[in-house]
Amino acid sequence: MRVLLRNPRREVEVPGPLTVAALLARLDLNPESVLVICGDTLVTRDARLADRDTVEIRPVMSGGAA
Amino acid sequence: MKCRVCRGPAVIDIRRHNAAFCDQHFLHHCREQVRRAVKDHQMLLEDDRVLVAVSGGKDSLALWDLLVELGYDADGLYLGLGIGDYSDRSTDAARAYAAERGHKLHEVDLAADYGYDIPSAAAATHRAPCGACGLSKRHLFNTVAIERGYDVVATGHNLDDEAAVLLGNVMRWETGYLGRQQPVLPDAPGFVRKVKPLIRLGEREMAAYCVLRGIDYIVEECPMAEGNRHLGYKEVLNALEDRSPGTKSAFVFGFLDRVHERFAGDAGAERAELGECSVCGSPTTGDVCAFCRLRERAGGG
Ligand code: SF4
Ligand SMILES: [Zn+2]
Ligand SMILES: [Zn+2]
Repeated sequence: MRVLLRNPRREVEVPGPLTVAALLARLDLNPESVLVICGDTLVTRDARLADRDTVEIRPVMSGGAA
Repeated sequence: MKCRVCRGPAVIDIRRHNAAFCDQHFLHHCREQVRRAVKDHQMLLEDDRVLVAVSGGKDSLALWDLLVELGYDADGLYLGLGIGDYSDRSTDAARAYAAERGHKLHEVDLAADYGYDIPSAAAATHRAPCGACGLSKRHLFNTVAIERGYDVVATGHNLDDEAAVLLGNVMRWETGYLGRQQPVLPDAPGFVRKVKPLIRLGEREMAAYCVLRGIDYIVEECPMAEGNRHLGYKEVLNALEDRSPGTKSAFVFGFLDRVHERFAGDAGAERAELGECSVCGSPTTGDVCAFCRLRERAGGG
């Protein structure tokens, strides 16, 4: 599947099918720090992603101390 | 996963609540959390005029949306910081949201209105940009609120922000800051009330709220934030949260309920000795306030 990552914006290919939790583990991402969007819907960590899916992993941390 | 309320397919799970929600019930959850924060900490009166500090990011746009949804009279204030492309894109996001929903957005531009911007202020003071930025924001949100007749400034600080700031303050035992770290700062002569209605919601929830409400916020980070200490604290806290859900909220609300009071004296002492800035009239401990000194050094004075 195509996986779109942000900050910096980049794309990686990950073979499916696998769950959201497994995808995040494979990319070494903390599930607390991201949202996963498949097509145009948010998905939970148990959702199964198919090889033909396009997935966006969006970081949710914002940085200013002010 | 299934929605805790209706058993329909869930779109988000929130481990610290041990719950998952469908889109409609998640939006309801967000509104309820804000309603409860406002009530528990007596943040707002029903007929308050609220000025929302809008950055174009997820938290401030979600906050504005939530306050309007809950029936408050809330306008936005966007501050142009002059941080290159990032500022241009956040201006667009703030304007587009306001225009789409027919909300009123005030704008102040540091360069055009005050003769400096954040990069120039950071260079002139040889300090981290976030310091100059925070100082400018605090001063201008307060000043604009007073000038334009608002009762209260609402900021988009969420649970993660509060937990990171708290950790930073504890690590350095900043007792004055700990005394002032509250979801509500009451008004005082020269200061409007300041409130943080998102304190019960994490930043993952705020991002999800925007996605589900179709709010187009600026996802990219301020380039000045890179590697700052605040982000480091957030990463550490998220690592703890992942292992032990509920850590951040126990840290913040335990502090507010059981510890904050012990530092209240440290904050009070600083506010007691305030006079008026000889340049702009704002409350200050010195002759000229920190904002006017910054502006002078950064070339806008
Ligand atoms: S990261 Fe720092 S410089 Fe950038 S907007 Fe936030 S406080 Fe200002
Ligand atoms: Zn539901
Ligand atoms: Zn001044």
